[in-house]
Amino acid sequence: MTKEVIITEVALRDGSHAVRHQFTVEQVIDVVKGLNAAKVPYIEVSHGDGLGGSSIQYGFSHTDEFKLIEAAVEHATFSKISVLSLPGIATTKEIQRAADIGAKLVRVATHVTEADVAQQHLHFAKNLGLETVGFLMMSHMADTATLVEQAKLMENSGADCVYVVDSAGALLPHQVGERIKALKQELQVPIGFHAHNNLSLAMANTLVAIEEGATRIDGSIRCLGAGAGNTQTEVLVAVLEKLGIQTGIDLYKMMDIAEEVIAPLLPTPQEITKDSLVLGYAGVYSSFLLHAQNAAQRFNVDSRDILIEIGKKKAVGGQEDLILDVAQALATPIR
Amino acid sequence: MKKIKAAILGSGNIGTDLMKKLQRSSVIELTTVIGIDPNSDGLRKAKEAGFHTISNGLEGFLQQPELADIIFDATSAYAHIEHAKALKAIGKQIIDLTPAAIGPAVIPPVNLHEQLQADNVNMVTCGGQATIPMVYAISTLYNVEYAEIVATISSRSAGPGTRANIDEFTRTTSRAIESVGRAKEGKAIIILNPAEPPILMRDTIHCLVDRTIEDEDALIASIEEMVQKVQQYVPGYRLKQKPYIEENRVSIFVEVEGAGDYLPPYAGNLDIMTAAAVKVAEEWAKARVTV
Repeated sequence: MTKEVIITEVALRDGSHAVRHQFTVEQVIDVVKGLNAAKVPYIEVSHGDGLGGSSIQYGFSHTDEFKLIEAAVEHATFSKISVLSLPGIATTKEIQRAADIGAKLVRVATHVTEADVAQQHLHFAKNLGLETVGFLMMSHMADTATLVEQAKLMENSGADCVYVVDSAGALLPHQVGERIKALKQELQVPIGFHAHNNLSLAMANTLVAIEEGATRIDGSIRCLGAGAGNTQTEVLVAVLEKLGIQTGIDLYKMMDIAEEVIAPLLPTPQEITKDSLVLGYAGVYSSFLLHAQNAAQRFNVDSRDILIEIGKKKAVGGQEDLILDVAQALATPIR
Repeated sequence: MKKIKAAILGSGNIGTDLMKKLQRSSVIELTTVIGIDPNSDGLRKAKEAGFHTISNGLEGFLQQPELADIIFDATSAYAHIEHAKALKAIGKQIIDLTPAAIGPAVIPPVNLHEQLQADNVNMVTCGGQATIPMVYAISTLYNVEYAEIVATISSRSAGPGTRANIDEFTRTTSRAIESVGRAKEGKAIIILNPAEPPILMRDTIHCLVDRTIEDEDALIASIEEMVQKVQQYVPGYRLKQKPYIEENRVSIFVEVEGAGDYLPPYAGNLDIMTAAAVKVAEEWAKARVTV
């Protein structure tokens, strides 16, 4: 039997962070047309922080995300459109709206220890007939036993699949292996993995995850994701092909979109800068990157010091307000 | 002064914390704690403290309605709808600490004076109690076009009710940011942080106002004055940093340390809800006596 992996392309959601949530309808159409022609099974479209993320805290969207989702749905004749929901930011009202305009999959994301907060959204999405994924963010912050227990809560709340999400790009390959292996043993539903490349380990971690039984994988084309981006989708497709693992995705078309459509979209080429390296090193949520750089400039402090301090405070996803607070405190030390 | 009699419906975290606070009140006499589980920690504590306890819910209280004139409802939104009807029918004043929000939203330093005769008021949410005073302080000097609040609480202080109905928090809070805080548009975000030792409740209030902020000192004075008003009933409420002001945007960083009555001081979110509810009851009691 040939092994299969189902890929979700997250450039139009995770990549929203990298472009400060400035995606336009035209850009989304160009990207979706390409990905759809390349037969990418799922494409995620939402504000970087999920539905309802447009805010002072995370950055306002240039274009209403529902317009972007609508445009994506219209051009995705093969691909299914996924949306992300973080309970506490999004409400079921936004899930309803996304479903009304044609989203087929909802990924409900919580911090790795707070899975019970996903219950309301998972139930709601299930009742709408949507496919559901439980998305355990910042998975490096919990040990394997806790992760398994939280994943079971997601499964019991109706998640069709549970993801290990390395939001900080902080996990090392053996840690990914241990986590996926345990989930494979304890859960009935398929297991997924979402990487960030902050320590240059996205591909290595993804391969370990697949080896241990993960069958749903996130990628971002040309690494268009928060921090140093995610597992680079077109490269992953090539690597998996060499390993004899099917994705159903057309490699040549993916390379073309990466080069012709995505590269021109990037404000700067995605590489591992000192700040993205620190995200992985200190275990900080990848979307904090640009916010920390802004604050560093404003208060004339080193962005790395901000990120290290945030890591020490054990901040979770969504706590961007802590950045201004920490930067101000660094700029005015107590004498 | 003759004390006004009160009862607490619900023997969970909020009910038990309320009990501890009401024991100190000079105008409210807590007589009764009503629960539905005779073996609950809350009812056991109430009995130990010498209060009358009822373990068959509101039904039990309706047989002895003379036990209280003011009722704190710390059950659930669903249960409150029934409680509100039954209690209104027998002329009791109700302070609703659930997200049911049947009665008007009350944030004590902002609009309690308008609700002294109300028969049912809603305490919004912990995030609302901690942030709406700040939105209102800005709205006294500027038109607030948009107000967004981010409440970060320790995981340990978020009970199963909050977790199972997380959307109620976001909805109820954003509505009250508009109706009480006077923002044209309100948005609320809640984040649970599991760090150990547990973090104190922190709240960030971001506002966009109708024009560039020129007199920063006047704005900060208005904010600080409001902080002092909240401190009168929540002593652990304080500014964490100097407010951040840029053009027409202001961001305020607040920290809430609880009094440590039932849950430890990190649960400032619990404390600010119960302290605000006690404040309402005390002002109601004073209004009754002076009428």
